[in-house]
Amino acid sequence: MSFFARFAQNRGALIGLIILLAIIVMAILAPLVFPESPWRMVQRPFLPPMEVDGFPLGTDTMGRNVAAGLMHGAWVSLLIGLVSTLVALLIGVPLGAVAGYYGGLIDDALMRFTEFFQTIPNFALAIVLVAIMQPSVTSIVLAIALVSWPPVARLVRAEFMSLRNREYVEAARLVGQTNRTIIIRQILPNTLSPIIVLASLMVATAILLESALSFLGLGDPNVMSWGYMIGAARTVIRQAWWLSFFPGVAILLTVLALNLVGEGLDDALNPKLARERS
Amino acid sequence: MLYVRLILMRLLKAVVVLFMIIIFNFFLIQMAPGDPAAILAGEAGATDEAFLRQLRERFGLDQPLYVQLWRYVSGIAMLDFGYSYRQGVPVFDLIMARMPATLLLTGTAFVLSLAMGIFAGSLAAARAKKPSGSLIMALALLFYATPLFWVALMSVVLFSVYLDLLPAYGMYTVGAGHTGLALVLDVAKHLILPATTLALFFMAIYTRMTRASMLEASQQDYVKTARAKGLKNSVIQRRHILRNALLPIITLAGLQAGQMVGGAILTETVFAWPGIGRLMYEALQQRDYNLLLGIFFFSAALVIVFNIITDLVYRLADPRIKEGS
Repeated sequence: MSFFARFAQNRGALIGLIILLAIIVMAILAPLVFPESPWRMVQRPFLPPMEVDGFPLGTDTMGRNVAAGLMHGAWVSLLIGLVSTLVALLIGVPLGAVAGYYGGLIDDALMRFTEFFQTIPNFALAIVLVAIMQPSVTSIVLAIALVSWPPVARLVRAEFMSLRNREYVEAARLVGQTNRTIIIRQILPNTLSPIIVLASLMVATAILLESALSFLGLGDPNVMSWGYMIGAARTVIRQAWWLSFFPGVAILLTVLALNLVGEGLDDALNPKLARERS
Repeated sequence: MLYVRLILMRLLKAVVVLFMIIIFNFFLIQMAPGDPAAILAGEAGATDEAFLRQLRERFGLDQPLYVQLWRYVSGIAMLDFGYSYRQGVPVFDLIMARMPATLLLTGTAFVLSLAMGIFAGSLAAARAKKPSGSLIMALALLFYATPLFWVALMSVVLFSVYLDLLPAYGMYTVGAGHTGLALVLDVAKHLILPATTLALFFMAIYTRMTRASMLEASQQDYVKTARAKGLKNSVIQRRHILRNALLPIITLAGLQAGQMVGGAILTETVFAWPGIGRLMYEALQQRDYNLLLGIFFFSAALVIVFNIITDLVYRLADPRIKEGS
């Protein structure tokens, strides 16, 4: 069975993939459908949904178009989710690889370090980091990456520990390959499938984290994001529930889709496990 | 005596971690853009030079870095977390005043999520091949993917604005002057929405975990034996499978403590629950960095205490685990 056929066998994963593609299309089309800045005031404030043409989701407290904010926000959420996951991989994969491959004292030290980061409450650390570095896309990406790499390091370490004494690794050692080459060329490619699955789930968590940060007012003041929209409408929830409702649904759908895709990838990349599970 | 040694070891480790957080905090202040004196005063950018000079002298910011670090660490060792200039109160007093509300909220949410999660998860495991089992798992995934603060806001809209059933803000009815049982009931009523919304996300995690753990336990030989003996399925599920499946859930619950604190920050913000999470939001709004770092320290301390407790519970529940393993 081909990779995609195995993926598509999981019906949830297929639905997730369709939702995800729709959101990506939304993000790409945002500047075409709403070329104006989503921050511009374009109508009277507190316009309910479906009342005036061109404002299917109404306007917010400042008369900004909610639909425009939603589409531009998709871009920010996906971007921050993706980039912060990549940065977390850049921290976690090398640490885990070195710890798992060498073992001993290096492993001990690196795992203590990882444990330390795991003990600190994630979200509180992210808040402190963004607040002190001042809110911006860069500081948010860094903060999310810094709180989400430990699971990567643990996973990669476990994989390396189980693979480091395999025959092909011994063979590579015998022909005189350096440790670095063995780590990067021999073992790392064999750990990719669990890393990909974990990464897709991490993008989902990163999007949730970003939305929570901007909900608290720690978003980049120059970019429109879903969390900001909910946070800004929080105080007027009694008069205008829709201002918080739609961005929340957008976050929910994105995170749900990414989780479903992650499960599908897991089935497709580990066909043996998937058969045992069902 | 095994436990005494164990607790001592754990406490030692906790002290090391907390010490590292103090150092981390210290360097965060150094890293922040702008004058540390201005940041400590919570007045970034807008203070007169004489006041700043006075602050610098008072905090020893004119001293070399290692002297500053020493002052900072020894201050915290004596529970001096500095002063919140915005609120005009020592940081430590502020946090201690808010701690009970957070403990009440997170404790309730924890018990609630664990009970509901284990119940839903064991139901889903028993019906693994039926549509009802899949439905439970779909709901769990839905709650897992929903932003906590959004659930909180939507429950305010539904239960307090439209249905007018439950209070949406605060911990007591202001000005009601309840005492005794009336006060307990009043707080309980205010607690329902925040605790339930906080619990939903964790319930989803425990549901998935319980199901996976039970399905794994149901493959064990003792389950086959029980079946061969002709025991009723419900008895096997409850006595043989669930009991053994619970152990990994305790470990997982300990690991979730940090997340719980993060969730409390969001729920307390939405529901104006007077705990340290809400205090953190206020500190953010007012750029009160001293207070912010103090809360960060205490939230980590809370997680560590919780980890130690779950570790001890785990060992009590499963005496097979020896120290050091």
